[in-house]
Amino acid sequence: MGLHTPLFLEHQRLGARIVPFGGWEMPLHYGSQLEEHHTVRREAGMFDVSHMRPIDIDGADATAFLQYMLANDVARLTATGKALYSCLLNEQGGVVDDLIVYSRCNERYRLVVNAGTAEKDLMWLNAHCGSFAVTIQSRPDLAMIAVQGPAARAKTLPLLPAALRVAAETLAPFFSAELESEQWFIGRTGYTGEDGFELMMPAAQAPDLWKSLLAAGVKPCGLGARDTLRLEAGMNLYGHDMDDATGPLDAGLEWTVAWQPAEREFIGRAAVTARRTDPTRRELVGFILIGAGIMRDHQLVLRDGVVVGEITSGGFSPTLERSIALARIEPGIDGNYTVDIRGKKVAARIVKLPFVRNGVSRIEL
Amino acid sequence: MSTVPTELKYTKSHEWVRDDGDGIVTVGITDHAQEALGDIVFVETPELGRIVECDEATAVVESVKAASDIYAPLAGEVIAANTQLADTPEAINTSPYDLGWILRLRVRDNGAFNTLLDAAAYTQIVAEEE
Repeated sequence: MGLHTPLFLEHQRLGARIVPFGGWEMPLHYGSQLEEHHTVRREAGMFDVSHMRPIDIDGADATAFLQYMLANDVARLTATGKALYSCLLNEQGGVVDDLIVYSRCNERYRLVVNAGTAEKDLMWLNAHCGSFAVTIQSRPDLAMIAVQGPAARAKTLPLLPAALRVAAETLAPFFSAELESEQWFIGRTGYTGEDGFELMMPAAQAPDLWKSLLAAGVKPCGLGARDTLRLEAGMNLYGHDMDDATGPLDAGLEWTVAWQPAEREFIGRAAVTARRTDPTRRELVGFILIGAGIMRDHQLVLRDGVVVGEITSGGFSPTLERSIALARIEPGIDGNYTVDIRGKKVAARIVKLPFVRNGVSRIEL
Repeated sequence: MSTVPTELKYTKSHEWVRDDGDGIVTVGITDHAQEALGDIVFVETPELGRIVECDEATAVVESVKAASDIYAPLAGEVIAANTQLADTPEAINTSPYDLGWILRLRVRDNGAFNTLLDAAAYTQIVAEEE
């Protein structure tokens, strides 16, 4: 049996289909994954993401430590509360995990890492903190709820502790605010391509907030909709689009590697720098299927009849009502593409990411 | 609790089979199966005239999360496929035993129909899975 989040009973009460995920038992959907997806694009949905792990990095060397650990540069977090997406690389330039880092005042940061990799990440951080004056504190005591969709903020604001509400109302995208005395933390971030909040609070308070959101008309959404939403938004999923052996340059994440300043040493820098000119480097691109069928992970991609790569995240786009995918292919975009779907070569074409943003398709069908 | 009509026969792999007479059967997936798969978004039906063996993968039903093979419950020839499913794959979710039918077979051995599971035996299998 897997681990349960503080909201597990709520999921059971709502009739969720529960599936194992990254060591946890999580809701896949509460009836219809498609409806949940559309609700987030059109109105507001909420996800229990308490399986994800906040990790607090505090201390005099917190900035220096994260500048050494992360491929992106926390020096870009020039304002308190600002958030940054980054990969945690290994020496070979592979991705240990991808994460969001929020800056807090006075040499304090909060990372939020993936569920299945949380223990690995903690070991990795602890193994490298030796000479830095930092403390690394895992925060499994906090629950996380993501409220996403065009109406998400308006529905969430009245339910926040009064002392946090004003800050939350004026929060800019990719910024966070917190009410430290109550251990409430709010980020205007997400994983759906829609506006919204990600909220952290003490585990015991999560069920009440969940029920209040439900009463306010926010629809519970499972991991199924979370996956189709992030795929439409062109966002990577760890373990599918990148992993310990596949680095950021081969996963469409070069924009998250801060090359400047050149003198900043970070783990994996030499390897990813070498990868820039490596002829075996691959690129991650978006595909939309022209023919009938659904692209799935690991199906082969052919250019002019020759295999040039494979699907890393494939599925059905509820917004476009077509199959869409991320695929890792050999460089050289031009050509006629097909995807091998159970032995059939089905026509597909490359499109610019994202597929969908803020409820609107970015793709000409 | 999913519905299991008593007038149909079933397979362990969650297909239902209706005897249409004259050695013809209609095949679909059960209410339990559609519920487990979730929202169906694509169905690949077989070509007419295809000869299939019992338990041969004959059609594919794709839900939002995964592709699932549909197995021929009996050996025979595919004589019809539900082409409506190309535009309305969700009929398998909303009407698994009627509008959501998948294919029709002319069975090779008429007697084989009675070797399939009856509703009580299939209900038992579903209960064990749940």
